[in-house]
Amino acid sequence: MPGVNHLEPLVHLDKDADTFPKLLVRKAAELGAKTALREKEFGIWQSTSWQQYHEHVRDFSLGLISLGLERGDKVAIIGNNRAEWVYAELAAQGAGAVSVGIYQDSTLNEVAYVIDHSEAAFVVAEDQEQVDKILDMIEKLPKVKNIIYTDPRGMRNYKHPALISFTAVEEKGRELARQRGSLWMENVGASCADDVAIICYTSGTTGFPKGAMLTFRNLLTMAGNLNQVDAKRPGDEFVSFLPLAWIGEQMMCMSSGLTIGFTINFPEQPSTVMEDIREIGPHIMFAPPRVWENITSTVQVKIMDTTRLKRLLYNLSMPVGQKIADLRFKKQPITLAWKIAYALAYWTTFRALKDRLGFTHIRTCSTGGAALGPDVFRFFHALGVPLKQIYGQTEISGISCIHTDEDIQFHTVGKPIPGTELKISEHGEILSRSSSVFVGYYKNEAATQDTLAEGWLHSGDAGYLTEDGHLIVIDRIKDVMQLADGTQYSPQFIENRLKFSPYIKEAVVVGKSRPYLTAMLCIDMGVVGKWAEGRKIAYTTYTDLSAKPEVYDLLHKEVDKVNETLPAAAKIRKFVLLYKELDADDEELTRTRKVRRVFVEERYKEVISALYGEAQQVPIDTVIKFQDGKTARIQTTLLVRQLTMV
Amino acid sequence: MNAAQLEVRDVTLRFGGVTAIRDVSFEVQKGAIHAIIGPNGAGKTSLLNAISGVCRPQRGKIVFDGQDITRLRPYERTSRGLARTFQNIALFKGMTVLDNLLVGRHTHEHCGILKGGLYYGPGEKEEVAQRMVVEDIIDFLEIQHIRKKIVGTLAYGLQKRVELARALALEPKLLLLDEPMAGMNAEEKEDMARFVIDSNQDRGTTVLMIEHDMGVVMDISSRVVVLNFGVKIADGTPLEVQRNPHVQKAYLGQEDAEIAATAEA
Repeated sequence: MPGVNHLEPLVHLDKDADTFPKLLVRKAAELGAKTALREKEFGIWQSTSWQQYHEHVRDFSLGLISLGLERGDKVAIIGNNRAEWVYAELAAQGAGAVSVGIYQDSTLNEVAYVIDHSEAAFVVAEDQEQVDKILDMIEKLPKVKNIIYTDPRGMRNYKHPALISFTAVEEKGRELARQRGSLWMENVGASCADDVAIICYTSGTTGFPKGAMLTFRNLLTMAGNLNQVDAKRPGDEFVSFLPLAWIGEQMMCMSSGLTIGFTINFPEQPSTVMEDIREIGPHIMFAPPRVWENITSTVQVKIMDTTRLKRLLYNLSMPVGQKIADLRFKKQPITLAWKIAYALAYWTTFRALKDRLGFTHIRTCSTGGAALGPDVFRFFHALGVPLKQIYGQTEISGISCIHTDEDIQFHTVGKPIPGTELKISEHGEILSRSSSVFVGYYKNEAATQDTLAEGWLHSGDAGYLTEDGHLIVIDRIKDVMQLADGTQYSPQFIENRLKFSPYIKEAVVVGKSRPYLTAMLCIDMGVVGKWAEGRKIAYTTYTDLSAKPEVYDLLHKEVDKVNETLPAAAKIRKFVLLYKELDADDEELTRTRKVRRVFVEERYKEVISALYGEAQQVPIDTVIKFQDGKTARIQTTLLVRQLTMV
Repeated sequence: MNAAQLEVRDVTLRFGGVTAIRDVSFEVQKGAIHAIIGPNGAGKTSLLNAISGVCRPQRGKIVFDGQDITRLRPYERTSRGLARTFQNIALFKGMTVLDNLLVGRHTHEHCGILKGGLYYGPGEKEEVAQRMVVEDIIDFLEIQHIRKKIVGTLAYGLQKRVELARALALEPKLLLLDEPMAGMNAEEKEDMARFVIDSNQDRGTTVLMIEHDMGVVMDISSRVVVLNFGVKIADGTPLEVQRNPHVQKAYLGQEDAEIAATAEA
């Protein structure tokens, strides 16, 4: 990249192991029959050794070549987390091609956009559902040569000439290997550190997604640097259940997994993830805040339903755990009495609870992508689960900052990982520089130059550094707004405060160039539903539940609590409970569940104008979209709730 | 290949003075999805009961796979390859999904009290083999996440799916479904329709089902029999049946049917 002056990486890549395919070959030789991947099928964990892993990748890679894949081509992959997903990625890279992941819950148009923009020659799709999405759009995708499917279920009548099964491609690969036995190793040898390994489409909060090109050097130096402060070991277990199209999962499953050589476990179904985690008992875990929040609220709901003895033990133990966690956060000494109390709490409660959650072996776990509430943080630390916050972007291979084991402060995102320079620009923007910064956006030179101006990666986030060098992230720079009276405020800061309430799933704070702040809230159906059941409030649907006056009263109190902590000008004056959850399929959230403010404010403009008018209610008549392109109509009336200001 | 899987010949079923079914005959071809429709009280479930052996018809014959099974008991029919689900779910509510399905494998088990009780040796081998079949069905119907849940705690739509799973665990040649989609929401119906089609095409099971949702019936069945007051009034492809004036009359009443007929003309 001209103009970009990469820092000398702290981690030096070995020339024989500076790409994913080379690492795979090396691990297959070193670890051979040890388990590389595990996938639950028919109720049993089926293991794949490093040797077999290597063979699958080799066969599929050669198969792609015999179908006409050339160096520099793109291979798009869409589906749930399965072994075939990672085979396909490594196979593409082994053939000198680039892997492009697509979120499995993408709509038709999103799938078509990524395939078309990346000019993918091959698409690897998991099953009928994904194949349908591509076949529906195939006329607009002339560059696609073949669609390769892994699960033949339900496709007996599919006769499209472009379709071919995963195993058939592997068979073609074995045929090619019989003719040109050395081709695979030649190809692997030809891959080099500065080849583009993946294009990660970032579902931006505005406009079309951009394809960030990351090289092997980017991805592998990140893994090496990260491992110095957050150690993972060979033989560790990891459960891969977040979209492999997301940089976070690439970071764990591919970059770190191949560097360290730990075992990756794929769950049986998306719906069985929590049980599968319990069965595996992973050593490493990485998940966005919503997963940790879900676990916390599930535990709390279940404790309400359990036997009196268990509830009593839980209620006695939890404050002890939290006290210890707080002392550790503040780096204060723990007295012997507290140590004994904690030992009691551990043996009566935490040990069993950790086992229930599958956290018995957990050694390193982190949350990233958004802020996590202090209560949730404290909950896990009380149990003895060392949860850390991380910060990063796709453009820096996923991570630039992390908490270290001894230094966890839940309002910060930690310190830069080794080999990473971080500074705050004059405008308050977080800038970073390292060997893991990407080489550019695919086919978007203008955006690349903006993002990499003056050799620094511009994150677009506003933040500041504390005295002891921790980074604090405030919000997206463009979202930091001025109120009519000139007060600066960050909507995300207030939204996070609101979302720390277990009853609130999603919150959008409005107030740009307006006299005061208002909020649109989405209730958490599970928790509010349980609350309503406990009070014998009958409800039918999400729309119905969120329109109940009792639910409004409940949320009113929650908003009041947050308002108490806010300065007068930043208090929320009015709120509504939306009739549906914000959804990525309606373009209201990104695929990583970040609010797309511009779209939301446009879509709910009637609601917003009612929030700034005199109206007590808003009539709603709207159409919602489903993933398969179907639509449904919703008609209802939203109440506007006004808060009293003290 | 186009042989009849099931023949119903002149079947009459009476309960005391009430004639539930009168002289009904039809054939279900191998590999078909065959639907029975009709207004409430038309005798659909009675007909299914006569086929599965819950009721014994006073007159007529039921021929399954070329054999007369009219006089056989329900379990004897089951061992010949006939399985059914019920309108009001009939599962063991206090048992897990897995155990319910393993019960469905009963007719395929050969170890007696001794061998089974000893467990080690043939008992264990059989248990593993049966579990494999059951797991295959669990995978097929996508119910992995409830494998170890107690049936009574599951949502209605899922219980319906478990009942289908248990029927499939019998590995039947003919599957009788009594309103598989009743009481389901649109999404569950769509899933269920897909499972019925997949059972039919991937597993080669012939399906005979009673269903009220006309959309589903018209979409997935190859043939439809229409009953009204215990009498067969039509038998044909979904399109033929839809156009049949007798059917329109039965469903819409006399006058409306005339209007519909003129509208179509």
